[in-house]
Amino acid sequence: MSTTELTPVGSRQGGTPKKTVNDFSIQVATVNGSGSQTSNTVLMRSIFQMGIPVSGKNLFPSNIQGLPTWFTIRASKQGWVARKKEIDFMVAMNPETAKEDCLSLQPGAAILYDEPLKLNELRSDLHFYPVPFDKLVAPVCPEARLRKLVRNMIYDGVLAQLLGIDMQEIRNALVKQFGAKKAKAADLNWGAVQAGYDFAAQNLTKSDACVVERMNKTAGKIIIEGNAACALGSVFAGCTVVAWYPITPSSSLVETMIVYLKRLRVNKETGEASYAVVQAEDELASIGMVIGAGWAGARAMTSTAGPGISLMSEFIGLGYYAEIPAVIFDVQRVGPSTGLPTRTAQGDTFSNAYVSHGDTKHPILFPGNPEECFTMAIEAFDLSEFYQTPIFVNTDLDLGMNNWMSDPFPYPTQPIQRGKVLNAEELERLGGFARYKDVDGDGVGYRTLPGTNHPEAAYFTRGSGHNEKAQYSERPDDYVNNMDRLSRKFEHMRTKVPAPEVIVNPKASVGILCCGTSLHAAEESRDQLRREYGFETSYYRVRAFPFHAGLEEFIDRHDRVYVVDQNRDGQLYSLIKLDSPPHRIAKLRSVRYYGGLPLDARTVTDEVVLQEGL
Amino acid sequence: MSTTAVPPKKVNRIGLEVLNYKGGKTTLCAGCGHNSISERIVEAFYEMGIQPWNVAKFSGIGCSSKSPAYFLGLSHGFNSVHGRAPSVATGAMLANRTMKGIIVTGDGDTASIGIGQFVHLMRRNLPLIYILEDNGVYGLTKGQFSATAEMGSKSKGGVVNDMRKIDCCLLGIELGATLVARSFSGDKKQLQGILKTALHHNGLSVIDIISPCVTFNDHEGSTKSYSYMKEHDLPIHQVDFVPYYEDISIEMADGEVRDVEMHDGSHLRLRKLGRDYDPTNKRNAVRLIEDSEEKGEVATGILYIRPREENFFDQLGLMDAPLATLPESITRPAQSALDMVMEELR
Repeated sequence: MSTTELTPVGSRQGGTPKKTVNDFSIQVATVNGSGSQTSNTVLMRSIFQMGIPVSGKNLFPSNIQGLPTWFTIRASKQGWVARKKEIDFMVAMNPETAKEDCLSLQPGAAILYDEPLKLNELRSDLHFYPVPFDKLVAPVCPEARLRKLVRNMIYDGVLAQLLGIDMQEIRNALVKQFGAKKAKAADLNWGAVQAGYDFAAQNLTKSDACVVERMNKTAGKIIIEGNAACALGSVFAGCTVVAWYPITPSSSLVETMIVYLKRLRVNKETGEASYAVVQAEDELASIGMVIGAGWAGARAMTSTAGPGISLMSEFIGLGYYAEIPAVIFDVQRVGPSTGLPTRTAQGDTFSNAYVSHGDTKHPILFPGNPEECFTMAIEAFDLSEFYQTPIFVNTDLDLGMNNWMSDPFPYPTQPIQRGKVLNAEELERLGGFARYKDVDGDGVGYRTLPGTNHPEAAYFTRGSGHNEKAQYSERPDDYVNNMDRLSRKFEHMRTKVPAPEVIVNPKASVGILCCGTSLHAAEESRDQLRREYGFETSYYRVRAFPFHAGLEEFIDRHDRVYVVDQNRDGQLYSLIKLDSPPHRIAKLRSVRYYGGLPLDARTVTDEVVLQEGL
Repeated sequence: MSTTAVPPKKVNRIGLEVLNYKGGKTTLCAGCGHNSISERIVEAFYEMGIQPWNVAKFSGIGCSSKSPAYFLGLSHGFNSVHGRAPSVATGAMLANRTMKGIIVTGDGDTASIGIGQFVHLMRRNLPLIYILEDNGVYGLTKGQFSATAEMGSKSKGGVVNDMRKIDCCLLGIELGATLVARSFSGDKKQLQGILKTALHHNGLSVIDIISPCVTFNDHEGSTKSYSYMKEHDLPIHQVDFVPYYEDISIEMADGEVRDVEMHDGSHLRLRKLGRDYDPTNKRNAVRLIEDSEEKGEVATGILYIRPREENFFDQLGLMDAPLATLPESITRPAQSALDMVMEELR
């Protein structure tokens, strides 16, 4: 069937459709393991290089090869980087899902597909762009075994022609992707891009509205995954011991960290490392090593996901009670149990706050973007050592594994804070110390590190009951005094953990409250509510638990506060309720999404509209 | 000047008295084998002149795991969670490789709940002493069989164990521990020699010490009782240890001893008893353990040693200074490093 015989939607309705400039989403449906990651990254990067704000989200299966995967690229002149619910341009490369992909589109969307799939026979209200991929790939890739990998580059060329992406930027992105050492691979792929471009120029007629036009909104920005940002933060935090066990979606955090540690933390003359990374036998061992290292004075961390936290819970309780620093990155995925390992959620908000048996509570930091992954990683190490307690950095799969635009990270302005550690000279002057005594009124005792060269340095660390001098004790008063001090210590953190991001809108009687990656949907939703409904809102983004005192004031200022959660049970909502008196609880409303995809603005907007009766 | 001579206090080579190596008063049962082991640890560390405040003691949960409170009171101690002392010790030793580390666990810790950590600790050959106080019984929960209890042995209540045992020395040899020894808490001299050797070993030392539980496992039908061990213990050699700072050209004619040079120049001297035994041969070691078992004997001594194997610190390329106290100038890369990384990500 000739492509020219198609009747594009736009022309059938009469007249050229109006242009939608720099404000659309592209979804590429492929099979995992087919090399589509390269073409998708190049596509995203070329739009970024044209100065247009862009985000990329990979929706992939828990599998290595052969199952469906979708990559969504959103270009947004306004800078919105949340997932866009509606797909404007589909690239259907997976025969298994092509029919469903086609039928799921809203009327008026565009679809680029492998010609033999004949998707144009399924419906008539889309813009169809059939491309004979096999015919195009053969001449540009004589080696048959490489064709599967190169084939996907063709749609980059087709899209460049249809959307108006500068081919030079595609070329630049390809070179960046492959590096100087793989120039041959870059050339091969470039041939495929050109073949796609030429085919589109000669055979396709642009009928949809999506176009890109050069802007200047990405100058100086970087593109990075949240996991890499956490890794860099940890390297610059002076982390010295890393123990981990591989688990999706956190594995790339430590893997990236190993790359940077080798580059930045090995003495060039002696070849000696100023760090140790251990891939442990399981999460029980990885957190055990972190607790042991933190006890002995290293800046120690692990990185995991929900199932790992479940296994670590006993040790985390020990860390809390014996008061040992430990930094735990939790790149959250969908639970319970194995759940959806490659989908995103904020499902560990509540459990991380109280993980382990007995009365325990733990600080949590909630970075919402890569820059905060970097800065909060550094803060986490300082806080953990100052308060001598395990601390969580809760990110999620969306932040951890997807590519994000970001400002470059700021070099830390504060020196590393090692907390209250007594050295041999201080011990000599003091004539000894009591490990768990609240000397300064902040609930934080002074500790010594094993190996301190002084006979008074040692104390006995245990997870069993103990008194101020770290001696075994089952006395009720010792137990109560110790537990009360631990509570005081936790309260003291409220003003020391990262402060919230607050926008008080004087015209608003309603607030939207969220944490972590929900910020991107929440920001855009506030814009939708204002533009579409004339509904003004205030905004409060929690950046840490325990909550800042400002939260009470924010709730008091508003009639209703919508708490946005990416989980079924409203975990952030519940945590705030636990911390609030009844008159504040009465003002709280819950907005929940738990489908496993990154939260989109429309979901938040629709729920607020429904509950407000707008 | 007084004419009555005050005898000088007996001190070791770093000027400390044996008192400086003692711990708190034991709360274990009178006659418990674990108490004898604590005493041997005190003697060995004292005699070798180890700085107590440069020692870290680790344990899990159980009777055995209480014992680090009863020796080396000037050393840092960490009583962690059940079966997980190996991971805690691994982290701590990575944080400060200059410390001497000693783990004391029981057979519940080692052969059941913590067997995964035990196995992987041996794979890593971390310089550390791992003591297994082995009585075949869960004492603190009042007498259940552990995984090292012999098949057919009887509990205090008369129940016969119908499960096969796990031999932690065989496991150790198989999995790469570089010093594997078995001893009996009642054999003072042999145990001291083994501990001294372990203190100079530059890798992991696994020491399985049969340590009778006087309350739950010291009766007829138990294979980990005092009377059973006295009848069936077959010391394969007497263990002498000559540290590098002592003159090694002492005593003993050739043919009666097997001399093993340690990585630091110390000498392990195995005084021949029943048979001529080469502890550097893995197959020999496995055969000895299995042959002895067949005969109903318990072979004790240093069963296996590889004194010059690469250890975990070497494998990691770790610097000599403790990671725990490195200055910021080493642990935080410069601004230019961050700028470079940011430039690459543009």
